[in-house]
Amino acid sequence: MRIRCPYCGERDNGEFSYLGDAAPVRPDGMEASPQAMHDYVYLRDNRAGEIRELWYHGAGCRAWLVVTRDTRTHTVADVQPARDVAKARAVTPAGSASHA
Amino acid sequence: MRYSLFSVLGQALRGQRDWTPQWRDAAPKAEYDVIIVGGGGHGLATAYYLAKEHGLTNVAVLEKSHIGSGNVGRNTTIVRSNYGLPGNIPFYEHSMKLWEGLEQDINYNAMVSQRGVLNLYHTDAQRDAYARRGNAMRMAGIDSELLDREGVRAMVPFIDFDNARFPVKGGLLQRRGGTVRHDAVAWGYARAASDRGVDIVQNCAVTGIRRENGRVTGVETSRGFIGAKKVGLSVAGSSSLLASMVDMRLPIESHVLQAFVSEGVKPLIDCVMTFGAGHFYVSQSDKGGLVFGGDIDGYNSYAQRGNLHTIEDVMEGGMALWPGLGRLRLLRHWGGIMDMSMDGSPIIDRTDIGGLYLNAGWCYGGFKATPAAGFCFAHTIARDEPHPDSAAFRLDRFATGHVIDEKGMGAQPNLH
Repeated sequence: MRIRCPYCGERDNGEFSYLGDAAPVRPDGMEASPQAMHDYVYLRDNRAGEIRELWYHGAGCRAWLVVTRDTRTHTVADVQPARDVAKARAVTPAGSASHA
Repeated sequence: MRYSLFSVLGQALRGQRDWTPQWRDAAPKAEYDVIIVGGGGHGLATAYYLAKEHGLTNVAVLEKSHIGSGNVGRNTTIVRSNYGLPGNIPFYEHSMKLWEGLEQDINYNAMVSQRGVLNLYHTDAQRDAYARRGNAMRMAGIDSELLDREGVRAMVPFIDFDNARFPVKGGLLQRRGGTVRHDAVAWGYARAASDRGVDIVQNCAVTGIRRENGRVTGVETSRGFIGAKKVGLSVAGSSSLLASMVDMRLPIESHVLQAFVSEGVKPLIDCVMTFGAGHFYVSQSDKGGLVFGGDIDGYNSYAQRGNLHTIEDVMEGGMALWPGLGRLRLLRHWGGIMDMSMDGSPIIDRTDIGGLYLNAGWCYGGFKATPAAGFCFAHTIARDEPHPDSAAFRLDRFATGHVIDEKGMGAQPNLH
C-alpha cells in the first residue's frame, strides 16, 4: 500500500502511522454528556468500504493527513492535509489532528 | 462413528472405504431455538456447549463460507493462560482446562501439545513485570515459572543472548501452554455439535437481522429467512458489520494480522517462544515449518491480506532474537481480520435487543479462548445471564469505566 502525500509524493505506508477514523468529532468537554464522550472515545462505525482516516507522515514531512481509503481493497482514493480539512469544517476534526 | 484405535485398524483392513462424513452439511430449517452466526471455532464451540451443557439441540450455525475458512484456520495455534488481570485470569484458565480435556470430550485428535510458552524478558523492569504477572497466575492456581538466563539457555540455546540492544535476561514460562492443531478444533467441534443434532449450514451469509417489539425474530440470509428465538453473533472481524444491521455501533475496529510459515526443517524449537523487546512469537509445526507472527498492520482493514512493511517488521524482530532464522526461506504468509476492541479484551454479553447476544472483540487472541468462549457464550445465551468466568467481558464496560486493558494502551485498538 502506498499513500500519495500532498507534500512528499507517493510513499510506502511504512513511513506513516495511523490514528484511525477521521469522522468522530470531539465533543466540547465542558458541555458534553458522558454518553457523547463515550461514543466519541470508544464507538466506531468500522465500515467495510471507503472511509476517511487520519494518518501521520512521521518519516516524511510530519504532517497529519486525511486519507480516503477502501478498507476492503486498501485502495487510496484521496489524500488531503488534515489542516485543510479542519479549516474547511471550521472545527477541529479529532484530538491529535489539532496539532497539525 | 466413534474414533478409536480399533476404528482406525478396522478401516485400514477394509481399505479405508467406510469412513463417513464428519458432520452433516445441513440445509436450513424454517426456525430454530438458537442461531449462531459464524461457523468459526467460537461459533461451533458455542453450538456444541449449547447442546451438551444446556440440552439445546434445535440450533443452527450459519457460516457465510465453509467452516474453518476464517480466523480459526488462520492463527498461529498458540494456547496459554498467562494473563495478569482479574477479569482475564479465570476465563483463560477455564479455557486451558477445557483444552486439556478436549480430545476425550469430543473424541477427536486436536493434537493438543502442552509444549510450554516462554515469554522472554530483556530488562530488569521487564523481569519485575513478568514476576508480578507470574505471581498473579500462581495466586490463581495457574502454573508459572520465572526463569533466569541459564534456565532459558537450557531450553533455547540458539537465540542471541548477548544482543547489544536486547540481551536475553530470562523468561516467564507456562509449561501447560502450547499449541493445538487449529483446523482440527473447527472440525472436531463441528463433528461433536452435529452429532448432538446441531445443523451446520455453510454458504449461508446473514444479510439482515429481523426484529419485532425489541426482540429478534430471525435472520435474513442468502438462503432465505430463518426464524430464531435467540441469535448469537460470533463473527470476529465482521462483528461491526453484523451489529450495524441492528443499528448498533461497537467499540471495535477491524484490523489485519499476518502470520507466516517457513520451509520445513528438522526439529529446532520445542516450545512457543516470544520476544519481549519487539513483537515476535514462534513455534514449530509437526510438519517442520516455523510458524510465527508479530504485530497487526495497524490500519483498519477487511482485506484478509497485509502489507510488506509489517512483514519486514516481524522479520526484524525475529532476526534480532534468533539470527539463525535468516537461513530459512519464508514459505507462505496470510492475513486474517481481527476484531480489535478498545481495551484489548473481549466481549461476551447480551445486547439491548432481546434475544440478541454478542461474542466479539477477541483482538488477535481468540484462538486460545475457543473452548471457554464457546462454553461461556452458550451459558449466556441459554440462561440469559453471564457465566461467572466471563462476567467481566461486558459490552457496557467502556461506559462504566471497567475496562480490562492488559497492555495499558488506552482506546487505540491498533496498539493493543
